[in-house]
Amino acid sequence: MTIRPFLSAAVLSGTLLLGACNSAQETESPVGAEATGSQIAITGAWSRETAEGQDTGGAFMTIANAGTASDRLTGGASPVADAVQIHTVDMAGGVMRMRQLGDPLDIPAGSSVKLKPGGLHIMLMGLKQPLKRDETFPLTLTFEKAGAVEAEVKVEPITSEGPMGEMAGGHHD
Amino acid sequence: MTDKFPELEDEQSPERRMEGLKALRMFLWLAVVLIGALALFAIFGGERHSAPQQRTTFADTVGGPFTLTAPDGSAVSDQTLAGKPFAIFFGFTRCPDVCPTTLSRLAQLRQRMGTDGSKFAIVFVSLDPEHDSPEDIGRYVALFDTPIIGLTGTDTQLAQIVKAYHVYYEKVPVEGGGYTIDHTAAVYLMGADGKLQSIIDHHEGADASLAKLRRLVK
Ligand SMILES: [Cu+2]
Repeated sequence: MTIRPFLSAAVLSGTLLLGACNSAQETESPVGAEATGSQIAITGAWSRETAEGQDTGGAFMTIANAGTASDRLTGGASPVADAVQIHTVDMAGGVMRMRQLGDPLDIPAGSSVKLKPGGLHIMLMGLKQPLKRDETFPLTLTFEKAGAVEAEVKVEPITSEGPMGEMAGGHHD
Repeated sequence: MTDKFPELEDEQSPERRMEGLKALRMFLWLAVVLIGALALFAIFGGERHSAPQQRTTFADTVGGPFTLTAPDGSAVSDQTLAGKPFAIFFGFTRCPDVCPTTLSRLAQLRQRMGTDGSKFAIVFVSLDPEHDSPEDIGRYVALFDTPIIGLTGTDTQLAQIVKAYHVYYEKVPVEGGGYTIDHTAAVYLMGADGKLQSIIDHHEGADASLAKLRRLVK
């Protein structure tokens, strides 16, 4: 818990650096920030490859809000899937229970929320084709204030627990 | 004062011998008591050690006969697997999170075991035959780059193995159509004798799981 602010700060600064390299964010963020106080950036978006016939997938990422007002993730869309939902995973009693998040996901100002295996994920429902290792696909997430924010999702091997550098500390909650 | 000492010495000289004998007798009694205590401790200790055997009676209730279908359409039963330890996990291919994580970790642990890694089988049972055909399961397990026996069966066949392994699962509808499956996330480590040896919990560290797997193939 004590390292959380530090982690958030690290993620945020990383996000800002990455944001500077990302043309999509460059054009979008200033508008969002000025109009609403929310400045959303999505980094480290990845998904596991899927097999033919496996028509759902999960996407994981860090959503950072560098603005001065909190925001909420309400949903999303992707050309690779029929529907995009926000899901949680509960492991109480040793039983895996995946549920759609009842309310929009809060992204507090000056903070970031990490979607990772074992917790929250973006659920891609009705995949139109298998997600292939090393490919990328676009994902648009919709926020109450920031509006639509684009992300490129990297497809990792099914054995991946996240892109390199994202794995540290990800094992235990 | 000074003359009292020789007096005392003289008087106590024979008594001292007596004291010495008493002390020896005391010592012997103490030894007897100590040995007795040690014996009791050993018995208690023995009883403590037999406590896991009581758990073994629970373990005895896990596992048993089943018949399922492999990706190539062949039947795989408990008899097919007999003689080699196996790690068995229940899930479904459209589980985006816990199932791939669990199977990946098993694959990684197997790799860390070197040649011992091939001394146990990894078995994945899909609880979703409505969606997962044996061929689907074959394509799914092939992604893990390690041999995994992917199985499923009819509802009746699944009911048998789910009961045998005390697995909980339930189909739950999701918004926008379709369903997800709540299911037990533990990995059962079954010995070559087909009996439960231990369970890998989803939350435990890789080293703890590795120790269990090493014990499984001993
Ligand atoms: Cu999900």
